[in-house]
Amino acid sequence: MSADVLAVAEHRRGDLRDVSFEVISAGRQLADALGGELHLAVIAGNVDDFAEKLNREGVDVVHTVSDGAEFNHDLYHGALEALFADLEPAALLMPNSVNGLDYAPAVANALGLPYVSDAVDFDYDGGLEATREMYASKVETTIAVEETPFAVTIRGGEWNPTEEPGEAAIEPFEFEFDADAAGSRVKGFEEAGGGDVDISDAEFLVSIGRGIEEEENLKLVEELAEITGATLSSSRPIVDNGWLPKNRQVGQSGKQVTPDVYLAIGISGAVQHVAGMKGAETIIAVNTDPNAPIFDIADYGVVGDLFDVVPALIEQFS
Amino acid sequence: MKILVTVKEVAEAADDFEIDGLDIGEQYLEYDLNEWDDYAIEAGVQLSEEFDDVEVVSATIGPERSEETIRMALAKGVDRAVRVWDDDVAAADLDVAAKTRLLAAVAAEEDPDLILTGVQANDDGFGATGVSLADELGFEWAAVVNHLEMSEDLSTAHVHRELEGGVDEVTEVDLPAVLTIQTGLNQPRYASLRGIRQAQSKEIAAKGLDDLGLDADAVASPIERTSMYEPESESDAVYFEGDADEQAAQLADVLTEKGVVGE
Repeated sequence: MSADVLAVAEHRRGDLRDVSFEVISAGRQLADALGGELHLAVIAGNVDDFAEKLNREGVDVVHTVSDGAEFNHDLYHGALEALFADLEPAALLMPNSVNGLDYAPAVANALGLPYVSDAVDFDYDGGLEATREMYASKVETTIAVEETPFAVTIRGGEWNPTEEPGEAAIEPFEFEFDADAAGSRVKGFEEAGGGDVDISDAEFLVSIGRGIEEEENLKLVEELAEITGATLSSSRPIVDNGWLPKNRQVGQSGKQVTPDVYLAIGISGAVQHVAGMKGAETIIAVNTDPNAPIFDIADYGVVGDLFDVVPALIEQFS
Repeated sequence: MKILVTVKEVAEAADDFEIDGLDIGEQYLEYDLNEWDDYAIEAGVQLSEEFDDVEVVSATIGPERSEETIRMALAKGVDRAVRVWDDDVAAADLDVAAKTRLLAAVAAEEDPDLILTGVQANDDGFGATGVSLADELGFEWAAVVNHLEMSEDLSTAHVHRELEGGVDEVTEVDLPAVLTIQTGLNQPRYASLRGIRQAQSKEIAAKGLDDLGLDADAVASPIERTSMYEPESESDAVYFEGDADEQAAQLADVLTEKGVVGE
């Protein structure tokens, strides 16, 4: 086993995703603690182009696997197993993205590696010590891993992306992959949602979350949106319940929005939601729980019951 | 066809709580069915209603207390349940690999065609057991499934995987397979009174490591929680004080000042 780190980049439909540059920062941090090199794997698609863009400061080698056009977990699984056997690194580092959820646990299991997911920070001093959240972000924990090598996935947005150009070696990696034998086949992509409202264009979003409790209570917030000229959006549970269409959902799996003002009503501020709206210029949160994570990113806070505050606000503009 | 649904009883923390050692104090925790597993149960039950001769079995790793949650799954239409627990399991700090070994042993006995799990559990949020289990069993899999249709001959699952940014990946998965289910896949039903009554007579088979042909090594883990703490609040928000009318007046002033609402 070497002291090196093998990190995995991510791309979709021809573009590298931001988390690819974040895993470089996290990978470099871990490689420095281990005293080894940072190896980066980029699998499928236009890997030569990707490798050039991934050649950032701190990367020692970019390994390119040219099989396939898009993400396929059998391909990632096979390529990483082979590359891991070849490099014998001390750590395998992957993004805790949707695709990460689809291959990282399988790779860790196949390689028999201890596995920690969704790390927001970590340290290495003879063993991994990872920081994670639990109980819907109410607490943080540290998790110690006694064995090396290990596998860890990182949460997007927690490490600053590496921007400076680097001097990495770019090395094609070949392994035997039988695409016909794969038991899952990606047939394409579909844009979710539809509808004629694009919340990503709105200047003022009134956004509603689980705190609204019942579908019929939505009328209250619709009235507020109408009287203030705001566009109505929501967090995930409202869309899951079928109360609003998917194109109104703000968050990691919904839309990214950047309004002038984002008025979050009855939204606790789960990390997946915050990922979609933290770019708003001004964030105002209304919530009964003073410890709700939404207040950590809010510019203005109203600790109160939305069923009192929203009617009072409607009254202000009536 | 047999469908195995993994069902986890999760702990939810009260708004105000205190940490006792490495966990939140027991008096601040309430136990409930994991939200994502509720959607997985519904998916399994809907398939049993759509196709003939489908048996839905749930598998839970949990103490006797979790039978309350398991009864909820049975009341919603799960046919019978397996619960894994014994002193060695109770004493272990179960990591993904240990859970994988336990559930793989259950799957080896049950021989399901399809395994449904929630994408993640809302207590520890690891999001890994289903895909790890698929690898262990040599099954196919798909993670973060928000749309599911089975082929008529039940040989292939046509799924959408919910990617980031409002894009779905459309994928075909051959059975046997593990699908990890995202919320929004369906509308989980409430347990009917009739279902609750029927659930009382359904089987919950309790199994220990011995019953599954495993020993204490199966739950040994190199991973250990070493601390838990409340993160420091990063809030520098300006809070509007007063009653609802006063708060609303200040909020209205800010909206007007920002120019998003007219005078």
